[in-house]
Amino acid sequence: MTALETRHLVKRFGGFTATHDVSLSIRKGARHALIGPNGAGKTTLINLFTGVFAPTSGQILLDGEDITALPAHARVARGLSRTFQINQLFGDFTTLESMMLAIGERKGHGRRFWRPLAADRDVAEEAVSTLERFRLADVMSCETKSLPYGKQRLLEIALAIAAQPKVLLLDEPAAGVPEEEREEVLAMVRALPADVTVVLIEHDMDLVFSFADRISVLAAGALFAEGTVEEIARDPQVKAIYLGEDA
Amino acid sequence: MSHQMEALALLNAKRRWRVWEIALWLVAIAAIFLLPSQLLILTEIVILALFAVSLDLILGYAGIVSLGHTAFFGLGAYAAGILARDYVTEPVTGLLFAGLVSGLFGLATSFLVLRGSDLTRLMTTFGVAMLLAEVGNQAAWLTGGADGLSGMSMGPILGLFEFDLWGRTGYVYCLVVLIALTYIARRIVNSPFGLSLMAIKRNPRRAAMLGISPKRRIVVVYAISAAYAGMAGALLAQTTNFVSPDVLAFHRSADVLLVLVIGGAGYLYGGIFGAIIFTLLRDWLSVATPQYWMFWIGLILVAIVMIGRERLTGWPALLAARLKGKTEEAAK
Repeated sequence: MTALETRHLVKRFGGFTATHDVSLSIRKGARHALIGPNGAGKTTLINLFTGVFAPTSGQILLDGEDITALPAHARVARGLSRTFQINQLFGDFTTLESMMLAIGERKGHGRRFWRPLAADRDVAEEAVSTLERFRLADVMSCETKSLPYGKQRLLEIALAIAAQPKVLLLDEPAAGVPEEEREEVLAMVRALPADVTVVLIEHDMDLVFSFADRISVLAAGALFAEGTVEEIARDPQVKAIYLGEDA
Repeated sequence: MSHQMEALALLNAKRRWRVWEIALWLVAIAAIFLLPSQLLILTEIVILALFAVSLDLILGYAGIVSLGHTAFFGLGAYAAGILARDYVTEPVTGLLFAGLVSGLFGLATSFLVLRGSDLTRLMTTFGVAMLLAEVGNQAAWLTGGADGLSGMSMGPILGLFEFDLWGRTGYVYCLVVLIALTYIARRIVNSPFGLSLMAIKRNPRRAAMLGISPKRRIVVVYAISAAYAGMAGALLAQTTNFVSPDVLAFHRSADVLLVLVIGGAGYLYGGIFGAIIFTLLRDWLSVATPQYWMFWIGLILVAIVMIGRERLTGWPALLAARLKGKTEEAAK
């Protein structure tokens, strides 16, 4: 079964082709890594998946359904969630408020304008248990902008998970995290539920090889190679364009 | 304390009524008896406060800047005035009618503030207010044109309370409306909907990635804000029995923005404190220096923006912190 699929996806910015005819198929429950050198179009691809940009041509399918024309928020409702390469939190919101927001929105409570937030007991309970799971319960009263970077990173992932996605896109989950907080973040990424399909964009090859079961390599906007971890690790061309310059 | 209990305590603390909030309303009520000769200016303050609360809903919570918010204020004033002149003289009916008319106009023009930068929003809102001002001016058969709309005489409120010469009924009426609408606004901003607005203001892209449709939420709050402004306009028309074309003038949009800058946006009461300070200051300056009061208002505005409100209003706290630091240093 395919969780996420693209068909001949193209994105041009003026004369520049950021995504060039990408046809990709990601199976349900996969741990799929997208790698490629800087400027290969990895983040553009994520932005196309999530509806930040509209593709110039081509199709995107989630669970076999065409979502190409859907706006970003409608894709989230259908089970596509993401984290950002650079933390995108809500400044002076507390950790708890951020989590209440994410869970409340999933349940469609965001249209309730009369019931106080505090009266949403089921949302509060789920928010606390999710924060506990991500070891964030102790900082629930802190403003998110004042959290250590690793904690912010964990919250990013926790917020994405709170949407109960079928497919989770992780854009460099370990980027910028100081060494001593890194292991905590990675452990959390590894512990993501098995039924969630995870697409990982990453520069760190150790993380990719230890986490992914399939890898797609992007180069200059196009899909360059795809295969199992072993196949990609053995592929001499991949080594030449990517691993060679990195290792 | 378990995490669950801590969470509930945190959430409840946010919406609890503060002592100063209750004190503010008690003072406003006490003014009916303590300041019977000042009720006209107090009414003016209450109306401006409601107008500023309306702007705070979009600016302070959803992050939508407007330089034409008086479009809704003026439309509400004309709607209430025309209704009273030609059809129904009962004020609460007029108030709700004005809210409805302005709210619908807000709904219809909300698409103008959905996309684009702050600058485009400033220009489109400004443009809408200008258009409306010209329509009001040209449609003299309906609005009285440049002479203003007159010839209305308000009936008793709910058929019970007659307006009096001293403005007492008028003040009580406006205050009740302000309290009721502030209460409703308070419910709105403390709800899940309110939280989503604040999220959209802080990071619209991220909010969308949590499944929030920023556009729909902005349309709703813009319409609510427009309805509030319309009701503020209705109060002005009803308490003065007159609608001047000045209700759609640019300076009103600028004034209400100034009020919010003085009082602070994003906590609802900024509009109320700002309206008190702005009106008293203007009143005092226009008596003290009739020729130059705009100069002083301008200077104060620049000072607030340059120095920062926190440092202006928070100086007791800063002073305390500094003193504490000094004594700690001395102790070493």
